[in-house]
Amino acid sequence: MKQYLLATYMGEGAAPSSPPSPDEMAAFMKRVADVEQDMEDNGAFVFGGGLFGPDTATVVRYNNEETVTTDGPFIEAKEHIAGFYVINAEDIDEALNWATKVSTAIQKEIEVRPFRATGRVRA
Amino acid sequence: MATLSRLYGDISLAEDSVQDAFAVALELWPIEGIPPNPAGWIVTTARNRAIDSMRRTGRGSELEEAATHMSQFAALPRDVGPVDDDRLRLIFTCCHPALSPQDQMALTLRLLGGLTVDEVARGLLTSEPAMAKRLVRAKHKIKAAKIPYRIPREADLPERLRSVVSVLSLIYNAGSDDLAKTQLRAEAIILARQLARLMPDEAEVHGLLALLLLNEARVPARSKEEPTLLRDQDRGLWDRDLIEEGQQIVRDCIRRNSPGPFQIQAAIQAVHVDGASIEDTNWNKIRILYDQLFALTPTPVVALNRAIAISETEGAAVALQQLDGIHGLEQYHLFHATRGTLLRRLDRDAEAEVAFTTAVGLAPTEQDRKFLESQLSGTTV
Repeated sequence: MKQYLLATYMGEGAAPSSPPSPDEMAAFMKRVADVEQDMEDNGAFVFGGGLFGPDTATVVRYNNEETVTTDGPFIEAKEHIAGFYVINAEDIDEALNWATKVSTAIQKEIEVRPFRATGRVRA
Repeated sequence: MATLSRLYGDISLAEDSVQDAFAVALELWPIEGIPPNPAGWIVTTARNRAIDSMRRTGRGSELEEAATHMSQFAALPRDVGPVDDDRLRLIFTCCHPALSPQDQMALTLRLLGGLTVDEVARGLLTSEPAMAKRLVRAKHKIKAAKIPYRIPREADLPERLRSVVSVLSLIYNAGSDDLAKTQLRAEAIILARQLARLMPDEAEVHGLLALLLLNEARVPARSKEEPTLLRDQDRGLWDRDLIEEGQQIVRDCIRRNSPGPFQIQAAIQAVHVDGASIEDTNWNKIRILYDQLFALTPTPVVALNRAIAISETEGAAVALQQLDGIHGLEQYHLFHATRGTLLRRLDRDAEAEVAFTTAVGLAPTEQDRKFLESQLSGTTV
């Protein structure tokens, strides 16, 4: 069994021109909840969540054995990670199957990345 | 090779092992004679070599896993069946949509076609080091992302098969753009034949095979130096056997009645090779087939070809109208060349000149450029 990251990205200031109506929001939440339940029932769900925007990010930088804390995202990119799931899957086909379901539910792109390793590193 | 890839889930190792096994075979067979089951012999030898290699590199857990797989393999009833099955699995792995089309083509040629890295590089117009790097990267992704060696489940099959069929078609086209690359065309046809045999129920696979055969049939009438228009080809040079086989497949496809883009393209080519001369071409049939193709795949290139058919059935003026409604081909030399041809037929020579000049400027190869310049001087039209 492997683990995969399913990540979705959002452009800066890409908030829709008009906020979704309560009905649209409820339908959206229902679709997401259904997929998550489906993942849970199939032993695929490990962890997941949505993130606040990059304006809430803080970075700890390492430089010559010193660390400095600064405001702002790590990289000035056009798109930032907006949310993700960590899932169990037998292989990429299974992971892509979940990605398809999530993408359909949130109506956005999903990037699938295999984990090289998961869990704690033991020296 | 495909068998080993499944057993070990590691294409580099399987590839090295098979190469080792072939090397041993080349040494041994002339002395001991060819074993009764050469393919099985290669698999067994390569498997032993892969295990040796794992031992050497201390990959103990993989060895254990391999041992489990081996007992499954031993339990398989026949040698021929699983080998076929494994080829199919490997085709689907090499053409997995998680890989880029360039990776898909390179892996297919390397692992299924058995081309050397250098041959693949030359076929796909890149250097050997760049191709070697590409193959390493692609194999790494197969392993890291765990792209499986498996025939896709029913629900995924149409999409996955589209990807396989289009890879084989791209390989053939690479060999068709430069006729010297006979090997690419041959590999594409061999793989299409195998795929048609392994998946007899998939109509589009048969459509692809027919399309490739009907194109290949006309290669002897094409010049290696410059593009040869269909109307200028000596039909006596066409390969009648390939045409007959291709047309028979097209007829079988029509009987199946589950049309798809490759079957329709094959049907169009079947009509093209049907007439004794270009004047005998049934353009009405071709026009109808392009309408069907455009309904399934409404791309600008299909629209362009459809406009050419329309120029034969309804005249240059109607075709030009159609052509000017197409967007997205502004950078495609043949779009402007077609426009030039239509304008010239309408005696709008000044505009034709401009169109051909644009086409020359956009021509991707020296050959294409020379050919279009000959059109510009008006010698061929």
